[in-house]
Amino acid sequence: MNEIPVPRDIPLPMPAPEPVLIGVLIIFFLMHIVFVNFMVGGAFLTLWYQLRGLKEKRYDDLAYEIAATITANKSIAVVLGVGPLLAINTLYTVYFYTANALTGAFWISIIPLVIVAFVLTYIHKYLWHQMERMKWLHIGLAIVVSLLFLFIPLIFLTNINLMLFPEKWGTIRGFFSALMLPNVFSRYAHFILACPAMTGLLMVWLFRRKNEAEIAATGFERVELIRKGYQWAFWPTAAQFVIGPLALLTLPETQESIHSVIAVFGVAILVSMGMAHLMFTETRRPAETIGKSFAPICALMLVVVGLMGAGRHLYREAAVAPHRELVRAKTEDYMRKVEEANREAAAKGGDVRTSQ
Amino acid sequence: MDFPVFHLDFFGNRWLIATIAILHVLVNHGLAVGMMPLVAAMEWYGQKKQDPRWDRLAYKILFFCFLITTTIGALTGVGIWLSVSLVNPYSIASLIRVFFWAWFTEWLVFITEVCLILAYTLTWKKWSNQGPEKKKQHIRLGFALAFFSWVTMAIIVAILGFMMDPGNWLTDHSFWTGVMNPLYIPQLAFRTPLAAAMAGIIALFLILFFTKRQDGFRHEALRAVALWTLAFAPFVLAAGWWYYTSVPDAMKDNLGVSLATLAFADWQTKFLQIAVVTVVTILLVVQFAISRPNLLPKVALVVPFFAILWMTGHFERVREFIRKPYVIGQYMYANGMRVDDYALLQRDGVLTYATYSNPLTEAEKAGLPERLSEPERTARLETIQKGKDVFMDTCSRCHTGHGVNSITSHLQRMFGDKPWTPELTAGYIEGMHYAQPYMPPFPGSKAELQLLGAYLEHLQHNKAPIPGAQSAGVIVHDENAGRIATKTNQTEAAAR
Ligand code: HEC
Repeated sequence: MNEIPVPRDIPLPMPAPEPVLIGVLIIFFLMHIVFVNFMVGGAFLTLWYQLRGLKEKRYDDLAYEIAATITANKSIAVVLGVGPLLAINTLYTVYFYTANALTGAFWISIIPLVIVAFVLTYIHKYLWHQMERMKWLHIGLAIVVSLLFLFIPLIFLTNINLMLFPEKWGTIRGFFSALMLPNVFSRYAHFILACPAMTGLLMVWLFRRKNEAEIAATGFERVELIRKGYQWAFWPTAAQFVIGPLALLTLPETQESIHSVIAVFGVAILVSMGMAHLMFTETRRPAETIGKSFAPICALMLVVVGLMGAGRHLYREAAVAPHRELVRAKTEDYMRKVEEANREAAAKGGDVRTSQ
Repeated sequence: MDFPVFHLDFFGNRWLIATIAILHVLVNHGLAVGMMPLVAAMEWYGQKKQDPRWDRLAYKILFFCFLITTTIGALTGVGIWLSVSLVNPYSIASLIRVFFWAWFTEWLVFITEVCLILAYTLTWKKWSNQGPEKKKQHIRLGFALAFFSWVTMAIIVAILGFMMDPGNWLTDHSFWTGVMNPLYIPQLAFRTPLAAAMAGIIALFLILFFTKRQDGFRHEALRAVALWTLAFAPFVLAAGWWYYTSVPDAMKDNLGVSLATLAFADWQTKFLQIAVVTVVTILLVVQFAISRPNLLPKVALVVPFFAILWMTGHFERVREFIRKPYVIGQYMYANGMRVDDYALLQRDGVLTYATYSNPLTEAEKAGLPERLSEPERTARLETIQKGKDVFMDTCSRCHTGHGVNSITSHLQRMFGDKPWTPELTAGYIEGMHYAQPYMPPFPGSKAELQLLGAYLEHLQHNKAPIPGAQSAGVIVHDENAGRIATKTNQTEAAAR
């Protein structure tokens, strides 16, 4: 039962040089994931402030401000996901499709689930004022949206994780057993924590650029809003110093060494420390100077995200590279046999049973 | 097939793809490709006439389209892809290897389209209040959006056309010959007015929602949109004619020509009838909207709408004729085997080269003949297991066990209640591609025909649903089993 399957690959050449495909995969995937962070984090923060808004009206208005950002972010998140999907289909055909098939029912349910989540998000946003009188129904919508946004990434993560371990394919019986593979939940926690953190930075950006009148309408001081953004950015990031290493330590062993992976994540941790320090400093700054370090924080975040993407890719390669060699050999061997059989059939004069 | 086999035994796998695809075509053609130019035209007309009622109506329609296209539209687009990669991973994987750059370009256009629709919708009110210059810019934005929506469709149509008829790609394997296949232009010419007419009908329907009965503007709007629809209806017919007269050319080099031609002739007659009915209903309703707008009931618009859907659905089926029994014409059969693989697979058997086996559930093991000794039972189950694997690898992409287009219903119809012994079924299966032009030839060995026959016989007594890899998982064939299978085949071949 614990045989390692070695399937054949598609016997057509890659449509582009591998580095190009890898570039598309990593760069656009990171862009995609940042917008997914904004979208998911935006939903969480909206719910949170809406609940606080039950006691204090201005929090409800703040929730509305954040909800308004989700509309555009979610569309960009979806559209940016298509390119990386194309690239991963091409680069990891055997691995990706196998993982999809083994979790098929949940994998395809992504489509209706995302549609429902998006429609509810629209209802929640566009009927905000009409639903004033049905506050709990309205909050109920936000809760459902948040739950959907919590669950959908788990399906993706389970697939992305399952594809790395061919030796497990024979033991998987549906989505839930794939969910139980090591590393899924620590990676998931790592992702979920990033959502409010990224959205916190989005808040800072948003409230720094609003004009005085718009800020006045929120009922908060600008500095308060910016500080809230930084707090959302800082505390989850602080928690990542526990969750991140945990995700790293629970990575299953690979045949190839992963020193480079550890090095990349090590550097990422160091850079994150600098970034977290700046975030914390910002939360303590007065109105005159708050926001001073926003640009450096974003730059550092970009570096961290880039390193995460690189580390992730290196690990994926380490995990599948030896197996991919087996697949390549198997495919070549198969194609040789196909040729030989066709020659043999041609020599016999008939074109086997396919002919009329 | 060298991926774990995803399988839906109740509705069938094709149903999954078809549902998602039809929804997508509906939203894409009716609410994006056809509707965006109409909305932009309304906005332009309102500006020209200095009539804010047009502006308000255009915005309402746009907002509706925005809600639907950015949810159902965008996600079903991705969904087609996900569902095909579950059901036919080898075909989509091959297409991606050929069309990577087309899809990539399409994606860039799609990004542009999404950004434009976000911008167009979200800036409408703001820009409209900033004077006529800004308004003109906004209108231009609308037409740009319309253009990009059309380009997205134009690229996808190339890929669809390629799947039907790869033209010269088979010999020179280059991207451009794949794109410029002979059905490309006629198909695009058909879909463009179709989308516009579809949008017209939907817009008429929406106008009834967005305006009041007593409102004089309602009549004006209905009349204008009716004229728009009227203008495109004849082109639907003309391009439909062009398209279907180019089909036989594309079909020429297919196998099973005579049967296929018969089936196509059926399709053709029906297509003509439906197209005429559709265009006539459109004309009738549109006449009504023009001359008696105040009497136009909402249900009246539902009729041409469904007629268009019916026609589109029927139209999409033409692909089955042209590419049948292939997924990629002349290159890959719908069972996922390449044409080139056949010599090898028929010699050595598909199981020899299958990486996975599809475990039998307990329910699937029921219904064996009684009073079998334990070794007999084990041997029987082993045969059934192998037969099931043959079925999953060679038939399950198109047939279920007991659901839609089920193999058992076909056998029941053909052989009734007499025992479906391998002697009875194997002979048919060996020649099945002559009997049914949709079906590829059986790709396996002689021995596997017998195994499949034994499995089909088992299905006569066992009605348990056949699970796919998504619930039952897979068993990995060890190399040894593969070699043993080869050996028995070779001894058999020698005996023959
Ligand atoms: C490419 C898709 C496809 C594949 C693969 C396929 N079939 Fe079919 N099959 C069809 C279609 C379509 C029909 C016709 C359905 C109808 O007319 O209702 C059909 C009809 C049949 C019929 C009834 C034929 C008749 O004359 O009425 C049988 C029996 C059958 N298939 C058996 C098989 C077996 C056994 C396999 C696997 C070895 C198989 N099919 C593989 C598509 C397929």
